[in-house]
Parts: sequence; structure tokens; C-alpha cells
Amino acid sequence: MQPIHSSRRILLPVKNWFIVLTLFIALLLNLLPFGRLPGIPDWVALVLAFWCVHQPLKVGMAAAFVLGLAMDVADASVMGQHALAYVLLAFAAAGWSRRVLWFPLAQQALHVLPMFLGMQLVMMTTRMLGGAEFPGVLWFLSSFTATLLWHPVTYLLLTPQFRPEDKDVHRPI
Amino acid sequence: MSVAGHAPPPFFKRGPAPLVRLAFFVSLSLILLVADLRFHTLEWARLAVATVAWPLQRFAWLPIDVAGDAGAYLSRQTSLLRDNEELRRRQLGAANLLLRQQHLEQENLRLRALLDMRARLPAEGRIAEILYAARDPFSRRVIIDKGSQHGIAAGQAVVDDIGIIGQVVRVFPLTAEVLLLTDKDQAIPGEVQRNGLRAVLAGAGAGMMELRFLAANAEIQVGDVLVTSGLDGGYLPGLPVARVVKIDRDSSYSFARITCAPLAGVERHGLALVLGSRTALPPQPDDAPAIPEQPSRGKRAKKKAP
Repeated sequence: MQPIHSSRRILLPVKNWFIVLTLFIALLLNLLPFGRLPGIPDWVALVLAFWCVHQPLKVGMAAAFVLGLAMDVADASVMGQHALAYVLLAFAAAGWSRRVLWFPLAQQALHVLPMFLGMQLVMMTTRMLGGAEFPGVLWFLSSFTATLLWHPVTYLLLTPQFRPEDKDVHRPI
Repeated sequence: MSVAGHAPPPFFKRGPAPLVRLAFFVSLSLILLVADLRFHTLEWARLAVATVAWPLQRFAWLPIDVAGDAGAYLSRQTSLLRDNEELRRRQLGAANLLLRQQHLEQENLRLRALLDMRARLPAEGRIAEILYAARDPFSRRVIIDKGSQHGIAAGQAVVDDIGIIGQVVRVFPLTAEVLLLTDKDQAIPGEVQRNGLRAVLAGAGAGMMELRFLAANAEIQVGDVLVTSGLDGGYLPGLPVARVVKIDRDSSYSFARITCAPLAGVERHGLALVLGSRTALPPQPDDAPAIPEQPSRGKRAKKKAP
């Protein structure tokens, strides 16, 4: 049974340290030196969007801003480029969270795809206004990879909140 | 609205509304963007964050390093033997040149002393390893494993065994960023080796460079090798840079469109040599004093030989 609002599955409350840990691991994954290989997903954006959709009260634009600054330094890009894109992503994800969570996971991914693409468009616009070169169409592939990863990442990040499905005839839920 | 004329306190405190927060953070990021892109005033912040994040970065590279080491350990002995033999042969070939080079440098020194010219700086360098290409897809940069702790400074040229690959633009304590020749922001003064025609080489993205501002009838051919002219004081003169691959002489433009391919393995990785900085050139002469030189009517101003 999928962990979404329309199913009858009830999740345990999330632990704060787990959110911090996953964001930290995503940052580490983004630091891996893949260079200009296309199709490598932006792990920080993926995990950030996930927590903004599932826990909009705990993870929001402030976290997005701080993570964006870290990515700007790590990527040797212009300060504020990732920060701006992540803040907009967090705003969109948190704003849509009540709608998104009612859909099955495949359709959730389709909701998330335009957010990732918009984030990349924002980054490209800011840099090309600053006179940088066009990175090529293949660069947008990473949004699609991140969308494909939405399903496994949902199960992975919600695993600590699952509880055993013991059928109790005396309790309705 | 309550009776007293002010809103009742909210049940749940959630801070400012999302739109307010969005406006705050977006304006903050835009300020950062402008400060960095336009005024370049955020290098200190970048340096601080990068220094703090350095251990984190090393930690993230651990699996890659381990995999690389394992791969190197398992590499076949035959390939090592072949490499050794190849290197020995090349060394023998180069020994002749090296020996003559020493002789020539001595002779050059003496001649320069005779001519009372400033001694040319000996080209000293520091070997660095290119760690990885920066992830930023909008520029062409690589990170090398030597930084300000090893005496690297911004502005130094980086070469490999064939020619120039770029220039150090940003220095951290243990690493440095090298802007490659093919980046759109990179320009380098060069000259054609064959006839000494000077021009400015600029990156064109996509692994190519272009020779800018040369007249459509400039004397240049496909296959010409371009070397640094050393006019900017940053690069030593005579280092190979690029080869002309395509010339588009369209008479509707005043300049020829000349595409060049870099000679060195700019987009490849491996070892590189960071050349020492040159001492500053004598200050540029001020702009020519404004002589009210009105060419008299009917005469053409004489062109002075440079």
C-alpha cells in the first residue's frame, strides 16, 4: 500500500535528526566529482523537494537557502544561483504539498517534474543574464532522472515512519 | 474582525506568510547574485565556506579515491611495462633537446647581458594534479590540488606537456580553480607563430576558441599555430596555445571569423604545471597626451611604424 493520503496507511511522526541526516547525505552525494556528465540528478533538490512536500512545516525556504549557498560554493558557481533556485523550489513544493500527497506516486512524480525543470530554468536564466554559455539541452536530463527517482526515494525516506501492519480486528484503523 | 478592532491571535504560530518569506529569500539571493556577478565582492565568504567544507568534500571523495586506487592496483603489469618503455624512449628523445636547451639558455643570458636587457624570468613551476571538473555547467573550470598553502596565486598560467590549458582564477587554502581556455570569459593575447601577427584569443565554449578582431584579409591560414605573445604580463611569451582549424572570411563583416582548437588537452584530466607569476611589467604608459593634432586639409596623417 502506498504511503499517500488516499490510502489508509498511517505513518509515525518524522524525526528531526533523520531529516537533517538525509539532507546532509544528499549534500555529500552532490559533492561527488562527476564533472559534466549529463543525467546526474541534483540530490539536494530531490531530497529538499521531498521534505518540503511531506513536512512543509519543518523544512522550508530557510533550509533551501542555506543548502543553496553550500551548493554554490561547492559547484564553483555564482553565489546565490542555487540559493534562488532552491528557494523557489521549496516554495512551490510546500505550496503544492496538500494537493500532491493525494495522488499515487507516479502522478506525484509528474507534479514534481515541472518544479525541477523550473528550478533549472531559473538557474540557466540567471547565469545566461550574467553572460555564461548555454550548457546544452542534455543538462536538463537531470530533472528527468530526479523525477524517475521520486518513487524509490519516497519509500526510502519514509521507511523509518512505517509501522508494522498488524491486523487487529478490534481496532478500526 | 474582533470588537476591539484588531485581529485575534492565531491558534498556531507559523511565522510570516509563505509569500513574505519567499519575497525575503528571493531578494536576499538576488542581492547575492548581483554582488557576486557585478561587483565580485563575495570572495571572502566563498573562501570561508570552502575552507569549512573542505573536510566534508574529502569525505565525499573517499569512495571515488578508494575505487581509483583499487583500479590502479589491479592495472595489468604489461601496461605498466609498456608505459615505462614509452617514457624511456621519449626521455631519450627529449634529452638531446634538454641538453641543448641548457646551452642555449646560457648563451641567451650572455647575449641579453650584452644587450643590457632585463633577464627573462626563468620559467619555474609547480606540478599539480587536476582533481575534477567543477560541476557548474555554465563555465569551464577544473580544480587542482594545490592552493595558497603551496604558493599558488590567482593569475598564474597552467600548462600541460603540450601547451597552455588555463589560468588560476580563485585560490583556496588547499585547492585552486583553473579557468580553462575554452571558457567564454577567458581571453589570452596570442600571436601567429609563423609571422608574428598579434591577436586576442577568446574561448568560444564547446571546447573551441576564436581569434577575435582580425581583419577579413588578415594573413592567416588554416593550420597556423598560435602562441602567447606575453603582452599582458601574465603569460610567458612563446607558449603554444591553439591551432587554427577554420577561417570564415565573409566580406559583409569587417572581421574574419576564425575558429581555433586548443593544442593542449584542455578538457582532459591529469597532471598540470602551474607556472610561477611573472614580475609586474613596467606600468603602462598613460594615455597618449592629448595633442591637438589636426591633420591639415588635403594631407593624410602619416602612419607611424609601431
